[in-house]
Amino acid sequence: QGGGSAVIDMENMDDTSGSSFEDMGEMHQRMKEEEEEEAEGEAGAGEEEDGEFLGMKGLRGQLGRQVADQMWQVGKRQASRAFSLYANIDILRPYFDVEPVQVRARLLESMIPVKMINFPQKIAGELYGPLMLVFTLVAILLHGMKTSDTIIREGTLMGTAIGTCFGYWLGVSSFMYFLAYLCNAQITMVQMLSLLGYGLFGHCITLFVTYNIHFHSLFYIFWLVVGGLSTLRMVAVLVSRTVGHTQRLILCGTLAALHMLFLLYLHFAYHKVVEGILDTLEGPNMPPFQRVARDIPVVSNAVLNTTAKAIALTL
Amino acid sequence: FPGLADVSISQDIPVEGEITVPVGSHSPDEDCSTLDEPVKDTIMRDLKAVGKKFVHVMYPRKSSALLRDWDLWGPLVLCVSLALMLQGGSADSKDDGGPQFAEVFVIIWFGAVVITLNSKLLGGTISFFQSLCVLGYCVLPLTVAMLVCRLVLLAGAGTVSFIIRLIVVGAMFGWSTLASTAFLADSQPPNRKALVVYPIFLFYFVISWMILTFTPQ
Repeated sequence: QGGGSAVIDMENMDDTSGSSFEDMGEMHQRMKEEEEEEAEGEAGAGEEEDGEFLGMKGLRGQLGRQVADQMWQVGKRQASRAFSLYANIDILRPYFDVEPVQVRARLLESMIPVKMINFPQKIAGELYGPLMLVFTLVAILLHGMKTSDTIIREGTLMGTAIGTCFGYWLGVSSFMYFLAYLCNAQITMVQMLSLLGYGLFGHCITLFVTYNIHFHSLFYIFWLVVGGLSTLRMVAVLVSRTVGHTQRLILCGTLAALHMLFLLYLHFAYHKVVEGILDTLEGPNMPPFQRVARDIPVVSNAVLNTTAKAIALTL
Repeated sequence: FPGLADVSISQDIPVEGEITVPVGSHSPDEDCSTLDEPVKDTIMRDLKAVGKKFVHVMYPRKSSALLRDWDLWGPLVLCVSLALMLQGGSADSKDDGGPQFAEVFVIIWFGAVVITLNSKLLGGTISFFQSLCVLGYCVLPLTVAMLVCRLVLLAGAGTVSFIIRLIVVGAMFGWSTLASTAFLADSQPPNRKALVVYPIFLFYFVISWMILTFTPQ
């Protein structure tokens, strides 16, 4: 089935890439046939003709062959480049082979800790759900910036949001995979990525709710309950796949700590980063950690005044 | 995957028949005639093609014209105009609109590439550039929303204007998503449409967020 899909992809290849490949192939084929005919003709005629005359004809045939070979090399290189691009996509294809029902089921399962830790729990090695969850987390973080009405440097915040979420997902997964390798846990890299990615579902829910309802205590409750549930699930799955108490402790402790701390970081650091920028711009007038919506015209006026003052000072 | 190990293009697969786009085929005499025509004709032809695609986006029907002869002029124009209009929204006036422009550009094109890869990985039959073309053209309603937002912001920046902007941006966001879904979801196996629609929804949501939170200086 994988081979079939690869062939179909080549057929659906758009006309701008690799279009010369088939022409090269055809041209090469035609030239080969022509040369074979030529060679046969030459072989037939050469017996009757002079040796030197055959030499000149042979030289021309060689030149043609070289040119054809060169063109064939170029075409082959283009084709192999195009094919390696498609081969890379095909490597990822089985990890995206899911149905919406399965994704929904896995999302709900990620919040339910398993009870059986005595035999290894199955982890679906799927990348669609985790990838979509990471993007959703990025979108929720951006939405959080908007509802806290702190839009000072949009560009930096957006880049930071994307970098943070992807960095967490890929970095912590790699680190946990490395630890799992040290602790002899039965888990592959894709499974680790999938497990951690689905664990971000709890983060998404928590941040979505607490960015809209600004209560510290509500956040702590959500942090403990929702974050705790998803952590318990991940920990239980990992424990079921590891033997030895020390190894289980190391793995699960690290994962729990990183997971919960990331949620804390997402909630507090963004407010603080943005409010830190605000504080430096507006001076000591603004109280810290103000959760009310800021009045944009006032802020922008204050910023304008500060920058005007700064420019006047430098001049 | 045993089938992948020995994939090769055998001679009897009619590859050329599948790949060459019928509209794009140029017979030699056609080439000479388009070379000799005045520049105005060439430009008008391309402009008309782009305009026709804009009309297809605004009234999304199940036609394959957008897919068959794809081009990236429309998405480029839309992306550049959207990025230009979103420029100057940073409160720090020393911060020039440079990062903002590049940010919008990168987000639109990177997002479109990711959605295309996702739809291909889910088993879609649409090609890479066709998908980019559709996603780029469906940014048109959001560009219109950006224009409207700028006009509304000229009148004032109070709660009423925020509500108006919210309604307009929300409506255009829904239109964009519906338009692109009408073109892209058809190329998917029927039970996986939701998996393809969700990233498109996220993509246009992020662009709508950028438009809605725009405050001019």
